Amino acid sequence: MAPLRQLLRSFLPFLVGVPVLLSAQWAMEYSGSQAYTLLLVTVGVNVILAVSLNVVNGATGQFSLGHAGFMAVGAYTAAKITLGLAGFKLSFLPAAVSDQLFFALALAAAMAAAGLAGVLVGLPSLRLRGDYLAIVTLGFGEIIRSVIENMKSLGQATGLSGLPLRTNLVWVGVSALATVVMARRLSVSTQGRALFAIREDEVAAEAMGVDTTGYKVRAFVISAAYAGLGGALIAHAILLATPRMFTFVRSIEVVVMIVLGGLGSITGSVVSAVVLTLGLEALREFQAYRMVVYAALLIVLMLLRPQGIFGTHELWDLPFFKRRGARKDAGGAARAGGAP
Amino acid sequence: MRLVRAAVLTTLAIVAAACQKKSASDTILIGHVGSLTGAEASFGTSTENGIRLAVEEINARGGIKGKRVVVKTYDDQGKPEEAAVAATRLITQDKVTVLLGEVASSRSLAMAPIADANQVPQITPTSTNPRVTKDGDKTRPYVFRVCFIDPFQGTVMAKFARENLKLERVAILRDVGSDYSVGLADYFKKKFEELGGTIVNDQSFKGGDQDFKAQLTTIKGKKPELIYVPGYYTDVALVARQARELGIKVPLGGGDGWDSAKLYEIAQGALDGSFFSNHYTHENPDPLIQNFVKRYREKFGGTPDSMAALGYDAAQVAFAAMARATDLSGPAVRDAIATTRNFPGVGGTITIDSDHNAVKSAVVLGIEKNKARFIATVNP
Amino acid sequence: MTEFLQHLVNGLSVGTIYALVALGYTMVYGVLKLINFAHGDVYMVGAFAGYYLSELVGVRPPWADPPPGAGEVFVKATIVTMGAMIICGLLGYVIERFAYRPLRHRARLTALITAIGVSFLLEFGFQLSPLVHTPIEFPPGPSPRVFPALLERVGYEWAGVSLSNYDIIGLLVALGLMLGLQFIVYRTRFGTAMRAVSFDSEVAGLMGIPVNRIISWTFILGSALAAAAAVISAVSRPRIEPLFGLMAGLKAFVAAVLGGIGSVPGAMVGGLVLGLAEEYVAGYTDSSYRDAIAFTVLILVLLIRPAGLFGRFTVEKV
Repeated sequence: MAPLRQLLRSFLPFLVGVPVLLSAQWAMEYSGSQAYTLLLVTVGVNVILAVSLNVVNGATGQFSLGHAGFMAVGAYTAAKITLGLAGFKLSFLPAAVSDQLFFALALAAAMAAAGLAGVLVGLPSLRLRGDYLAIVTLGFGEIIRSVIENMKSLGQATGLSGLPLRTNLVWVGVSALATVVMARRLSVSTQGRALFAIREDEVAAEAMGVDTTGYKVRAFVISAAYAGLGGALIAHAILLATPRMFTFVRSIEVVVMIVLGGLGSITGSVVSAVVLTLGLEALREFQAYRMVVYAALLIVLMLLRPQGIFGTHELWDLPFFKRRGARKDAGGAARAGGAP
Repeated sequence: MRLVRAAVLTTLAIVAAACQKKSASDTILIGHVGSLTGAEASFGTSTENGIRLAVEEINARGGIKGKRVVVKTYDDQGKPEEAAVAATRLITQDKVTVLLGEVASSRSLAMAPIADANQVPQITPTSTNPRVTKDGDKTRPYVFRVCFIDPFQGTVMAKFARENLKLERVAILRDVGSDYSVGLADYFKKKFEELGGTIVNDQSFKGGDQDFKAQLTTIKGKKPELIYVPGYYTDVALVARQARELGIKVPLGGGDGWDSAKLYEIAQGALDGSFFSNHYTHENPDPLIQNFVKRYREKFGGTPDSMAALGYDAAQVAFAAMARATDLSGPAVRDAIATTRNFPGVGGTITIDSDHNAVKSAVVLGIEKNKARFIATVNP
Repeated sequence: MTEFLQHLVNGLSVGTIYALVALGYTMVYGVLKLINFAHGDVYMVGAFAGYYLSELVGVRPPWADPPPGAGEVFVKATIVTMGAMIICGLLGYVIERFAYRPLRHRARLTALITAIGVSFLLEFGFQLSPLVHTPIEFPPGPSPRVFPALLERVGYEWAGVSLSNYDIIGLLVALGLMLGLQFIVYRTRFGTAMRAVSFDSEVAGLMGIPVNRIISWTFILGSALAAAAAVISAVSRPRIEPLFGLMAGLKAFVAAVLGGIGSVPGAMVGGLVLGLAEEYVAGYTDSSYRDAIAFTVLILVLLIRPAGLFGRFTVEKV
């Protein structure tokens, strides 16, 4: 029975989440108001990015600055596929369903490509520690961007435009949920324990027989794959993939999110991604002063609460959830992930 | 946890405050999405200034259909995603009648589908990539521009270099991070080779670079007769200085991205003898232009660059269309913009063609004694 | 051959700037193990400080009538450079005191975020339109400003290779500062204290070393170096804008890591190597891959020598 229960725990969030998302999407479309769709998509994508980067930077204690590079790999892979398949239809299916199937394929390919890039970067560079890893991942991001800017087939500086609109709230919501569930399941698994051990003391972990490089690379690859997913989703929301979307400032923004939320805290990342994205949107009225206010808030917040909003705690560690018993753990994840 | 609650509440309060809308029917709201911060803030700010000047003038003349014009600007930090979100917000929440922006094609491309989907006309002042007004092979119904497109400007300079200057060998130095620069360089190369010239070297840099001597040294070795640098003035001025420092004496060539008083200020005479294509010339005695330059100087200090002029033009075209339109609904204004014929803009007489591009003539300017001089007019 | 030598001169000229900024990076890192993300922006502030100071002292360009005498040029250039260094030193002190010190005993990433915050604050703060107009226009706003010619450029040409007094002065100043730093770090009591704090700040504190003061001075020194680099760079490439420290900071960081972060000669060599590598890559191959190849070189070096060219690889002991 135990494996079945485990399986159910992973699927419960989706069982709750998908109908909610579907009705939200339907309501948006029905009311004809697209006012908040793009904003919600941005929030969701930022949740995906933050939670996935947290697997490397928070759970494993490595310092990656190349998330934008993996986003770019994912975005361009998916964009190439949807553009290439634009004329095709699966004749036995309604057009909408066929489009969505192709998009699912594109997303899967985006994750695979970004994951592969993760292997290529991770295998050699994860032998390095701390800031050296940071600079290598940063360098990788810049190399990716540089290559894109030089490739005629990738549209150079203009990028790939005219992508079909495929990203909707359901895709983003399900992806965000999947990322949260992945991170949660990872943290309670053997792999997750090994990652925490590496974070706390790499030498000790190695002495205990943990294959540190192997675990680190795996964490890195998972994180990269989800970053690729995020990139693919945002590209199909604004119908454009261009090198400017994937600068190293983008990577830094994600790092800011996870540190502000509390390194290693999944719910912290979710909350901080949501708050920062919506907060910046709310500050838009301040025009050029917006980023100054943002920067000042960032410093003040870090000084007031250096461990981040949540520290290393999770929402489901709160007494409120504890009282309902440990079995509701995954439900907590659903609630947290359902925020976008 | 108190902190979290406080943070969430504050955010909600700000969001709520931000969402409040003024319901005023005696004003017309137009939106502008621009990079007021970020690497291209210098251009976004110029455009914004041009638009503000146009708004001030139209209100001084009594507004449109008896209503005051108000412009609302959102900063996108030079990021396409931000431009898309800002455009959505302007259209769906602020309910703007017309959307102006963006400077760079990559960001206009992010806004265009939103303008189309919501049936709000968008006029981009300076996005030169042909794809901005195109959706595949179709013309985007609601997207217009008041500037040249890349093929036109690249071709103009290639023809000028080959036919007027009778040059054989040209080197290119392009800004690989800017779609504008890459577009101009590509079309220049195509046309110049078509006309029988040779591109001896094609080098690139990245906007914001401080040092161009590596590329220039290589270019020098190829002995070109002209170096085509279709970048923005911020970089070109440094390129020119460093070219002279290396002993390169051949002229440089460029596009409307050069047009700014800062160019001459930084270049300090290094650009003498060079040529660039532009929309207009400051010395044109046309009162329209002189008036614009004078009023811009008074209001913002400093000579307007081409970004400011085109921002001003974009706003003027929008105002004229709104005045002509039967009502202020999206489709009506769109139809009015699409029928813009021979509109006297600062940056040339604008006619919007069926591809929603501005058809207007270009001028080629030469630089002498650190000042631009009119050389020739090239008709499309 | 001429071309090769010209590339050499160009590469050294760019590398000098990287090296100067990298020196500051490496010092702060050596003592605090903190990537001072705001360092590139301190460099930017240094350039603007120099710009405003030369407006205030009324620097006259060499082509002015009558041209400024040698004495005037020297005095004004010294005032501007020293002033910029002092202003940046103070800025460095303030940043350390209020943004980093309160977080010193926290996780290192925490201080990194405040560093990013400070960096954004400076970048976006300087991009605002001017609020004050007299005696100086501050903040400068986004459009580029022209740095005044503190010194007349004298170009030399030798067998087709051109170089200028700017390049020579830059290189000499960088070498001088590096030797000076090396002297401070290895031959003075302050340097000994610095190394002790770097080795183990807690034990150093127990030994009676004023840890806070040492760290403050390290920041002041590093920031002043950034200002010197900014003035040298701005005189020969006179376009300054609020974001121009971003890429310089990044490149300097790469240079510091390349040379072995924490090592003074390493930063110098790293800067020069990076400058030369970029130069030759851009000169002899497809220049559009310049940044990509610079980073590839860095990655390869790090894979072969994980602690950089001059860094000592320490085996972590339990």
